[in-house]
Amino acid sequence: MTERIEQRFAELRKHGRKGLIPFVTAGDPIPDATVAIMHALVAAGADLIELGVPYSDPVADGPTIQHSSERAIARGVGIERILAWVAEFRATDATTPIVLMGYLNPIEIYGYARFAEQARAAGVDGVLIVDVPVEESGSVERLRDAGIRQIFLVAPTTTELRLAAIRKQAQGFVYYVSFAGITGATQLDPVEVRRRVDHIKQGGDIPVAVGFGVRDAATAVTVSASADAVVIGSALVARLAEAEDAESAVSVARDFLAPIREALDLAAAA
Amino acid sequence: MNKPIPVSDFHAYPDVHGRFADYGGIYMPETLMPPLEELTAAYLALRDDPEFIAEFERDLKHYVGRPSPIYHAERLSKKIGGAQILLKREDLNHTGAHKINNTIGQALVARRMGKRRIIAETGAGQHGVATATVCARFGLDCIVYMGAVDIERQKINVFRMKLLGAEVVPVVSGSKTLKDALNEAMRDWVTNVADTFYIIGTVAGPHPYPMMVRDFNAVVGREARAQMLEQYGRLPDVLTACVGGGSNAIGLFHAFLNDREVAMVGAEAAGEGIETGRHAASLAAGRRGVLHGNRTYVICDDQGQITETHSISAGLDYPGVGPEHAFLKDSGRASYVGITDDEAMAAFHELARTEGILAALESSHAIAQAIKLARSMPKDQLILCNLSGRGDKDVQTIAAHEGITL
Ligand SMILES: Cc1ncc(COP(=O)(O)O)c(C=O)c1O
Repeated sequence: MTERIEQRFAELRKHGRKGLIPFVTAGDPIPDATVAIMHALVAAGADLIELGVPYSDPVADGPTIQHSSERAIARGVGIERILAWVAEFRATDATTPIVLMGYLNPIEIYGYARFAEQARAAGVDGVLIVDVPVEESGSVERLRDAGIRQIFLVAPTTTELRLAAIRKQAQGFVYYVSFAGITGATQLDPVEVRRRVDHIKQGGDIPVAVGFGVRDAATAVTVSASADAVVIGSALVARLAEAEDAESAVSVARDFLAPIREALDLAAAA
Repeated sequence: MNKPIPVSDFHAYPDVHGRFADYGGIYMPETLMPPLEELTAAYLALRDDPEFIAEFERDLKHYVGRPSPIYHAERLSKKIGGAQILLKREDLNHTGAHKINNTIGQALVARRMGKRRIIAETGAGQHGVATATVCARFGLDCIVYMGAVDIERQKINVFRMKLLGAEVVPVVSGSKTLKDALNEAMRDWVTNVADTFYIIGTVAGPHPYPMMVRDFNAVVGREARAQMLEQYGRLPDVLTACVGGGSNAIGLFHAFLNDREVAMVGAEAAGEGIETGRHAASLAAGRRGVLHGNRTYVICDDQGQITETHSISAGLDYPGVGPEHAFLKDSGRASYVGITDDEAMAAFHELARTEGILAALESSHAIAQAIKLARSMPKDQLILCNLSGRGDKDVQTIAAHEGITL
């Protein structure tokens, strides 16, 4: 299985559905609940899972994800454990793509060759490394060589020249950041997002997922009008933070995502 | 240790990607890449613009009070009995440190770019004060991010910034210190890119900051080189400077980089001792990594998480270091050593008693290194030490360290 991401977007397209991509910080709120949360998200309609690799200095993240990262780090969550969770998830789910999202230093320190080989073996499909723009993608060449997809961000500030360079290197899908800001903020402008996403899609057929500012069924439906998929992070992470045990974390994840799935499918059918 | 890289011209760095050989670069989220490109283009044009240069130099002269003198610390040198210690007196600048060289330069760039909202991070508050100062001078809005822990430690500088009209925003994430203030300033910038200019306080951050901040501080070394030739008819044998992010050190070193006969030693904060783990010596005891937009030496754990650092001087308490220093270390052109809190304190007192100069605790690390070197060098050799700032801001810290209530 080397093409999970491509296959998933092809299926979505074929069935005229929009992709739903939840983001959760690995190991938060309860390390041992991560795999169960992932399965619950899939059961509630997730098409792809973004698993956050916690980092001490997340410059693109707002307080919700900062704090979830701090909690996970305090509980000793690192790459080795995260890859073990991915492998455990893969044992019973061979098709849902998993993208690790995070920052470069933990991977650099882990070692690129070691990370590439182990992530591949565990069943990781792609990485989105927030502080690696196209200019620095040479740093993670080893990962690409191992078949791990490089997901790049496109922002409202991205120029035509940069967009062309990103298109050339992009794999899997591109992640459009809906506003200039940090995760968890709420200044979504649906008209502008639509204009930008349409523009990105004109230049090729790589799928576009939209994230930042999507927090519930209504915002997901709005954004999905033009996008191939929507990413929901902070709103889910904030709910999960309140869960007291693994069991309640699983039901929080399911109850949060299921209505969004339903709304997306209704809107797509309409 | 890495094998030294042969380098023919140290002034040829960084390249167009902001790389100093393996170090530097632009490791930043996509949203900030276009503004960074815009800043690089604007700065490269201004760097060669005679009008801009004249503007900068005018302010350095009339507002900062440059050139700063080179002073022969004769009684100190005699007492040590070795090489002669010369001090480049950046402590005599307006606001009391080298930091103002950079903030004037960047504020002028901001003004040329039409950005009226200035943000900055600060640890000890020195860069915050220097930024608030130039914002008052140029009529720009100023917001300074400062870790909640540092706000508690540096109340006087917080008040100084407020007197100058700046807004000081406490940062409560992470370790609530300088690195987190930098993160928060980045988050502000990402959110307000259209009208905001970020004045970084040292030669760290993504390209073009390590280059731009170096260029603005390089006036220190240019002046010093000319002063040495004029006053002593020759170049110094060794340069010493303290290294936090590395701006005063690269400021002094840069003009001398191609003078191979001049040795260079950076003094990092060894805190309670490198072996205790409570230090901030990124080059002497850290490892290669990526922090705040550039590849450099960082202090982090085996999971790649940036760890808390320690130094008695808040200005050296940073887990990364400017990428050009990482390059100078690997190339063998400069060496970097750790100076402990106690050694810096002893040097502070030595300089105060022999020369009547209260040095900043940061600068006291460089003095301590100069004293160490002088001991083993003959009397006719010259050590030029960057006295990067004055110690008035530190008297409370020193009193507390020595158990004295004021
Ligand atoms: C007087 C003084 N020297 C040195 C430093 C360290 O910074 P850098 O290494 O960038 O010169 C500071 C920082 O606050 C400072 O105030």
